[in-house]
Order: sequence, then structure tokens, then C-alpha cells
Amino acid sequence: MNLRRDVFQAIADPTRRAILLLVASQSMTAGAIAANFDTARPTVSKHLQILTECELLKQEQNGREIYYHINAKKMKEVADFIESFRKMWDDRFNKLETIMKKYKSK
Amino acid sequence: MEQKTKIKAENGKQELVITRDFDLPLELLFKAYVEPGIVEQWMGTKVLKLENKKHGSYQFETTDPKGNKYGFNGVIHEFSPNQKITRTFEMENTPFDIQLEFLEFEKLTDESSKLNMHIVYRSVALRDQMLQLPFAQGINMAHNRLQDIVSKLK
Repeated sequence: MNLRRDVFQAIADPTRRAILLLVASQSMTAGAIAANFDTARPTVSKHLQILTECELLKQEQNGREIYYHINAKKMKEVADFIESFRKMWDDRFNKLETIMKKYKSK
Repeated sequence: MEQKTKIKAENGKQELVITRDFDLPLELLFKAYVEPGIVEQWMGTKVLKLENKKHGSYQFETTDPKGNKYGFNGVIHEFSPNQKITRTFEMENTPFDIQLEFLEFEKLTDESSKLNMHIVYRSVALRDQMLQLPFAQGINMAHNRLQDIVSKLK
């Protein structure tokens, strides 16, 4: 199993989350992204590689430069996980409420 | 419309908080957690044991449509009527470590109340796995439904 492909593993790291926030505002080259961090350039490259592997970032060739941009579809998937978990509890609690309302009127 | 059930799951944390407002008096909301017959109804599970007291324990058993049984259990560490339940939760026969749950019940008005459920997992990775579970189950259910339809076509 390749853990690196796990989206949640990817967003568990604070530097990678910072990269996602940065790139969310505009597409950037690896150099421009690295300039925002004190971390060594190869470390930032490693983070970019992980984010790209799990498809949170996409690469785009623009002339000689490679730009990184956010993959909105994949980011939404992460949100969907939480939404289905929320939905499961919401369904349960709705049921609880209905049952207890009937209980009250008894 | 504002959502009644809210989940707060910050990135990189091994905990999450579920909150929900109910159109129910506090006493009725709390009762739904302690009466085995009522727990069975809204949780969709069988209650084998439910000891509502400090150092008490509980045991639930859920059966899926195929007849497979799933066991859940835990120990109650704190039990304050209409206020708080602290307990552990374990899914039997799974690789998942137990989780710690803090349930706080609060009166809003005479006819409404609030539940605050704080769950702590062993690790960030485990919390994220648990968040994915209903999603995975949803896929399985869709898959089973597809299988049902396909088998009828034969």
C-alpha cells in the first residue's frame, strides 16, 4: 500500500496544508512556492510531489515553467468524506428527535 | 438553511466534535441515551447490555441485511444524569483502537436542548479513517444494491 497516495495523510502535514492554501489563491511555480517557506527547497519539492501524487495538486506546463494549481475536484472529495459522516449522525439524531417527540405526547 | 448537526474536524487533529440542537426538553434527550428500548430504535442496534453508572459498561449488536453481526462495546467512566456521559467505544473484530467519547447535554430552553459530543481517537490517521467509514459503507451499499438489481435480471 502506498501511504503517500492517502489524501488524509497528505493534508495531515502542516507545511502541505500551507502549500495548498497558498496555491489555492493562484497557480505558482515550485520556486515561487518554496520562496514562501524557510524549509529547504528539496523538502518543498518533496511536499509538492506528495500533493501531486494524491492529486490534490495538478501540474501545468507553461512555456519552460511548470505551474502547480489546486485540483478542486479532489479537494471536494475530502470535504465529502466529512459530509457523509455528518449525514450519518444527522440521520440518527433526526430519528432520535422523532422518537422522543412521540414519547413526549404519549 | 443552517445545519442542525455540525461536525468540527480540524485538519491534523486526533479529535472531532459533533454538536446538535434538539427540539426536545433536556430530560427527554438524555432519556434517549439511557433507556435501552429507545437506544435500540434510533441507533438501529440491539442493546445487549447498558449499565448507566460509573464503571458500568455497555454492549450493542447490529445485524446488517445479510445477517452479519457487528459488536460494539465500551465502559462508562462518568455518568451525571442530564449533564454528562464519558465513555469508551470499541468496534469489535476490527483493527481500530478504542475511542474516548465525552457527551455533554445542555438545556437551551424548556423545549430545546443541545448535545456536544467530543470524540478523541488514538491518532490523526485513525480519526481520518473513521471519518471515511460512512463514505466507504455508502459505496458498499450502492454496490450491494447494484448486485441485487443485476441478480434479478438473470
